[in-house]
Amino acid sequence: MEEAKNLNPSILQRSQLDLLFGALAERGYRVVGPTVRDGAIVYDDVRSSADLPVGWKDEQDGGKYRLVRRDDQAVFGYAVGPHSWKRFLHPPLVRLWQATRKSGGFDVAAEQHEQRLTAFIGVRACELNAIQIQDKVFMGGPHVDSAYKARRERAFLVALNCGQASGTCFCVSMNTGPKAERGFDLALTEVLEDGRHYFVVEVGSETGAEVANALPLSPAKPADTAAAERVVTQTASQMGRSLDTTDIKELLYRNYENRRWDEVANRCLTCANCTMVCPTCFCTTIDDVTDLTGEHAERQQKWDSCFTMDFSYIHGGSIRPSARSRYRQWMTHKLATWIDQFGSSGCVGCGRCITWCPVGIDITEEARAIRQSEIAPQAAAKEDENGD
Amino acid sequence: MMTHPMVPDPWRVQRVRRDTADTFTMELESANGKHSLAFAPGQFNMLYLFGVGEVPISISGDPAKPGTLVHTTREVGTVTRAMRKLKPSDCMGVRGPFGVGWPVTEARGADVVIVAGGIGLAPLRPALYQLLAARNYYGKVVLLYGTRTPADILFRKELQNWHSRFDLEVHVTVDRAMGNWRGNVGVVTTLIPRAPFDPHSTVAMVCGPEVMMRFTVQELEKRGVALENIYLSMERNMKCAAGFCGHCQYGPTFICKDGPVFRYDRLQPLMTVREM
Repeated sequence: MEEAKNLNPSILQRSQLDLLFGALAERGYRVVGPTVRDGAIVYDDVRSSADLPVGWKDEQDGGKYRLVRRDDQAVFGYAVGPHSWKRFLHPPLVRLWQATRKSGGFDVAAEQHEQRLTAFIGVRACELNAIQIQDKVFMGGPHVDSAYKARRERAFLVALNCGQASGTCFCVSMNTGPKAERGFDLALTEVLEDGRHYFVVEVGSETGAEVANALPLSPAKPADTAAAERVVTQTASQMGRSLDTTDIKELLYRNYENRRWDEVANRCLTCANCTMVCPTCFCTTIDDVTDLTGEHAERQQKWDSCFTMDFSYIHGGSIRPSARSRYRQWMTHKLATWIDQFGSSGCVGCGRCITWCPVGIDITEEARAIRQSEIAPQAAAKEDENGD
Repeated sequence: MMTHPMVPDPWRVQRVRRDTADTFTMELESANGKHSLAFAPGQFNMLYLFGVGEVPISISGDPAKPGTLVHTTREVGTVTRAMRKLKPSDCMGVRGPFGVGWPVTEARGADVVIVAGGIGLAPLRPALYQLLAARNYYGKVVLLYGTRTPADILFRKELQNWHSRFDLEVHVTVDRAMGNWRGNVGVVTTLIPRAPFDPHSTVAMVCGPEVMMRFTVQELEKRGVALENIYLSMERNMKCAAGFCGHCQYGPTFICKDGPVFRYDRLQPLMTVREM
C-alpha cells in the first residue's frame, strides 16, 4: 500500500540520493542546497549530490569558522554555515515596485514576484523553526507580505536531522532541534554505520508524499530507525553551548539597566554581522531610488540591522546612539520581547551570531552573565551575613 | 494577486496651506477614483513623494469626511521639505491608514482631556472633531495646548472657534512670549492642575514630544487620573508601517500596528528607560 509506505519511515540509499534531485527537478523545482564556496558552506543551486559538501565538517567557536575534512563521506556532516534560508524566502534585496512619471503624476507598477517552485535541501531543525518564526512575522499579523507568502507557498522543504553539532550550537536549549519535528515536506536522517550509508526518510506533507512515491524507497526496519534515533541523540549530546531560558523574558525585562550592557558594548563593533546571519532577524529598510532622468523611480527593500545608527533615527537624532542600547535592543528582542510579539523566542540556537561575530560575543554568555548578576549580589550578601 | 501593503495609491493635492513658519497642511483627493480613505482618529498614512522618499504622517482631518485626506506636517527632513513645495494638482503616493487610534468611542460617558504639544495637536484634531460631533455623549471636554511661541500655534482660527463654544474648554499656553502676548506662559503641564475635569472619570489623550508626555502623565496622575485612562501617541522610525521592517519597535510593541496610540500603563515600564 502506497500510503502506508509513506506514513512509516523508509530508506533511501546514499547511492540513490540523486534521484531525489531528479524527482524535484521533474516537478519543476529549482533545487537549492548546501555547497562549499570560499571556505564555507553556503546555500546555492545544486544539480546532484556531487554539488553537496561531501566529506566536510565545520569547526565553530566564538568568532571562528573552519571547514575541515571528515574521515567519512557524510553528505550533510556539517552543522550550519553563514547562510540561512531567509536568503531565499526573505531575500537581502527585493524590488517592491517601480514608478514612472507621467503628466500630472506618476504610475506605480507593483513587482510581479517570482513564482518559481524552490526546493531547499538540508534544512536543519533550527532553520525550520526559524522559517516558522518568520512566517508569523510576515503572514501572522494584520498585514501580509504577499511576496514572502508567494515564495513560502512555493517552497519544498527537505529537512535534515543533524548528525553533527557545532561548537556554537544550542538548539537543545531552545527546544528547536536537533530533530525536525514539523513543518517539513520530507525529513532525512543520514546514517553511516557498519559500512552502510543511507537516509531514513520521513514524510511531512502531501507534496512530500508525492515526491517520496517517485523514489525507490524501501521500508525502514526497526534497526534502521533506531540507528537514525541514535544519530539525533548523539548530536543532542554534542551541543557546544547552552542557554538557560527559565523566565528569560522577565529576566531581561528586569535588566534594561544592567551594567553588563556597558561591558558588552565595549567589545561590540556594532557591525551587524549577527543580524545578517541570524535566520530569524527580519528587519529591513526602504530605499526609494530614481534614475538619472528622474522619470523612473523604484522602491527597494533591503535587509537592515538594529545595530546601525540610522535604524532608530527620527528627526533630531538617533533613539539609540550607543552600542549599549543597540546590543540591548537586539538581544532583548531576540530572547524576550519576541515572546510578547510573536508567541515564541526569536532565537533558535543555531549559534551563527556567535560564530560570525568578529569579536566572538556569545549570546549565551551574555544571557548567563545577566542571570548571574542577579544571583551574585544575593550570594555576596549571604556571604556577608555568614561572615558577621 | 493580493496587493502588497508597500504599494502606494495616487492622491492629488487640492490645497496646501501654511500653518506656521515650519508647518503646513495639505488636502488631498484620490487620483484614481478610489474616492475615500476611511480612518479612525489617531491613525496615520505613509506619504510618498515621487523620487524623494516616504514618511509617516498622522491624519489631521475630519473622519466624517473621508473623501478629503488632510495631513499637517512639520518641515524637518528631506521629504517633508520637498512636500512643502507641492502645488494643487500635484500627485503623491499614499499608503494607509495604519495603526490604532484614540479611544474616542470608549471614552463615552467620561470627561475628556486632550493635552497637545506643538505639532501634537494634528493627530488629536480628528478626535476633537469626533468628540464634538457626538458632544452629548461626553462630560466635560477640555483641550490644553502648548507651543514654544505664539507664532507656533497651529489651527489658530479653529482654536478661536472652539474657544468660543460653551461646551468645550480651550486653554493655550506658550513656553516663551513677546510683550504682545496676553495668554498663558509656561509649559503645557502647568495647565493641568487647574483644568476643569473630574479626574476620577476622565480619559486623557496626550500627544507631543516624549518628554512633554512624560511630565503630562505625572501631572495627570497627581490630579488622580488613573494610568489606564491615559493614552499617548508615540513616534519611532518607521519604514513599512505594516509590522515587517522592525524599525518602530518600542520594547515589545510595534508603534505601527500596536500603536501609535497606547494606553499609558502599557508604556510605563519603557518610558523611564534611556535609548529605548
